[in-house]
Amino acid sequence: MKKSICFYFQVHQPTRLRLYRFFDIGKDSHYYDDFTDRTIMKRIAQKCYLPMNALLLEQIKATKGAFKVAFSISGTALEQFDRYAPEVIDSFRALAETGSVEFLSETYYHSLAALNSPAEFKHQVLKHKEAIEKYFGVTPKSFRNTELIYSDNIGKMVFDMGFKTMLTEGARHIMGWRSPNYLYSCDLQPKLKLMMRNYALSDDIAFRFSDQSWEGWPLTTERFAEWAKAAEGDVLNLFMDYETFGEHQAAETGIFEFMKALPSALLKDGNFDFVTPAQASRKYKPVEELSVPEPISWADEERDVTAWLGNELQQDAYNKVYSLTEKLSLLNDEYLWEDFGRLQESDHFYYMCTKFFSDGEIHKRFNPYDTPYEAFINYMNVLSDFIIRVDNALAERK
Amino acid sequence: MFGWEFPPHIAGGLGTACEGIVKGLAYNGVETLFVMPSASGDEDQSATTIINASDVAVDTVSTSISEYLDKVKFIHIGTNMVPYVNPDEFETLVEEERKRQVQDFKINYGVKYKFSGKYGSNLMEEVARYAMVGGTIALQHKDEFDVIHAHDWLTYMAGIAAKELTGKPLVVHMHATSYDRGDENHIDTRVLDIETRGMLAADRVVTVSDLTRNIVINKYHIDPAKVVTVHNAVDFSGRENITVERGVKDKVVTFLGRITFQKGPEYFIEAAAKVLKRTENVRFVMAGSGDMMNRCIRHVARLGISDRFHFTGFLRGKDVQKMFALSDVYIMPSVSEPFGISPLEAMRSNVPSIISHQSGAAEILKYAFKVDFWDVDALADDIYALLSYPALAKFSEQNGFEEVNALKWNGATAKLKTVYESVIK
Repeated sequence: MKKSICFYFQVHQPTRLRLYRFFDIGKDSHYYDDFTDRTIMKRIAQKCYLPMNALLLEQIKATKGAFKVAFSISGTALEQFDRYAPEVIDSFRALAETGSVEFLSETYYHSLAALNSPAEFKHQVLKHKEAIEKYFGVTPKSFRNTELIYSDNIGKMVFDMGFKTMLTEGARHIMGWRSPNYLYSCDLQPKLKLMMRNYALSDDIAFRFSDQSWEGWPLTTERFAEWAKAAEGDVLNLFMDYETFGEHQAAETGIFEFMKALPSALLKDGNFDFVTPAQASRKYKPVEELSVPEPISWADEERDVTAWLGNELQQDAYNKVYSLTEKLSLLNDEYLWEDFGRLQESDHFYYMCTKFFSDGEIHKRFNPYDTPYEAFINYMNVLSDFIIRVDNALAERK
Repeated sequence: MFGWEFPPHIAGGLGTACEGIVKGLAYNGVETLFVMPSASGDEDQSATTIINASDVAVDTVSTSISEYLDKVKFIHIGTNMVPYVNPDEFETLVEEERKRQVQDFKINYGVKYKFSGKYGSNLMEEVARYAMVGGTIALQHKDEFDVIHAHDWLTYMAGIAAKELTGKPLVVHMHATSYDRGDENHIDTRVLDIETRGMLAADRVVTVSDLTRNIVINKYHIDPAKVVTVHNAVDFSGRENITVERGVKDKVVTFLGRITFQKGPEYFIEAAAKVLKRTENVRFVMAGSGDMMNRCIRHVARLGISDRFHFTGFLRGKDVQKMFALSDVYIMPSVSEPFGISPLEAMRSNVPSIISHQSGAAEILKYAFKVDFWDVDALADDIYALLSYPALAKFSEQNGFEEVNALKWNGATAKLKTVYESVIK
């Protein structure tokens, strides 16, 4: 039997906060740095989304649909496409129409809600589902949580929302001797199938591709096919940020040429086919139940949630924003709900991360703040204003 | 008079104090020549004549280099700590060093030196150069002054050089001591050394408070007979209190200053947590920056009060006034504060203030609340009282306003004038 390859690309852009000072609290409730969002979106659209979408479309057509990929696009990214680069939406729609592309479900705000509030989690998953239906006319069938965060409990919640397949990280401390190249099932809900990211092969493309000190450099499709052939199992899950192409790995590194050649090279080899998560889930049976009592993710060496909740700053900010869930549930104000969602974006907590020494490079690359402390202060100032608005709205209601 | 900075371009309170002093002295009929390392030309010279040390070349014609160096030889700030040398080697090293110094002097001091006048990494070098240039300036103006007055350790070398070269009496002014800048185990001994030399060479030492006077006597072992306290004042002329529209309904309790060990920021945080347990409608603001800032932010997050405790970062110009205008209570919980001008500014802005007994300002402010810096419970009590009892707040607001308006540099400098008179023979 042919070994399957499952590509899934994460598309996300955060809503960046503007410099929000103490003096603004209670006076100005526009929190976002629209200019930066627009600038970055326009740049990445040109460097990554548009050329890569065109490349994928071309390869899907060239292989008559045999090449397949999956996307998870956060709601905030969709909003920014809509506002600043609507042509990107069109190009995703063209991909959707090929039938070879699956769109995954996630939380609309790329949030950590699954760790805190089942109600808020569900609310955001539904909001995201509606957005995907609206833009692409398809209903997501497989689920992936923010940054592949997964635990037994989250798995159960996801299944209860009607999903049969979920993607997560093939974290070494969970997998142990097991291979990520098989399907597993949730310990609390064995009907939920789990697809584990093969971090070695994924990161060969996403992180190491341009690293000239890496023994695998330069990475060719032949070499990659060799490695894929050597990997034992049913399905190789290559999950990565979509911004890998053209942004983290610049066009000059040859990443586009590589991705252009890869589908036909792998198909020609005769040992591989491509699947989307939903197809993999139909095609293969789980080999075992996997116990994940504590949340895992695809971030950092630890593969846990300490990138967002590792220090006291992050924990306090997180506790403060989620302590509002109950108050919000009493309110029906669309603007408050929108801000509430945006303030939950996991990126805000990521900016407050102090793990500079192990994975600092990665953290720095995506951080608009000079220090985690600045990120915290700015976030808390915004949140303080938001809390005032929530309390005022509640007072008016009475 | 040797200073380091002068308004409008200032980094700390020293420049402001110097301006107040020269203006006050002018009022009392004392003329001053104010030497500073880097003047920009936009300083207000109505009360003093400013000499920019960056414009002056060291005069190598009138003085022989070695004679000059002999008189001011202590100025070279040696950094050549060479371990494990025997006496012969040491002798050679010293001799080489001396030759190098003369060489250095020929090359460097014969020309004008552009001072940064800042507090950068080459501060020690600037301090030494400032002394060289300061000595030259003193010689050039020898007949125009009777007393040399040097402000803070940065200028003491210049003051000593001027005294050595002209024989005029020297007054050094201790605005702060090394013991206020850090805890006793982390003192910059180079600074400590310059301070001590300055005070030993001086005919009089002026301290900004009795607290500082005690430090000078007990820690630096300076003869009490020559140490005189002249409390700081503050010049509010031409300043209107601004009104700012409030964004938050809650009361605001403010800490404003450098976030360093000396200023006691953690006591403020602890007190804030206590107050927040008892009352809801209050916010705490820590304005400023400093080496303890990150630690404070973590502290606040750990206490889980960061939705009620805000950091503004360093505030400039108008924002300081704005911050006072937004405040209901001002706190200065300093562990060690030579004087502390900020509560005076707060009270002038009608903000009741709570200050620590360990501050010089506590010696003269009757209408500020005073607590020991470590007594977090007392601090929390006072904050709570000022927030909850309007009559109390009103009382300290009105009386505090009048009190600080009465503190004038004219009075303080009259005392300074008597200090000058006592050293002129």
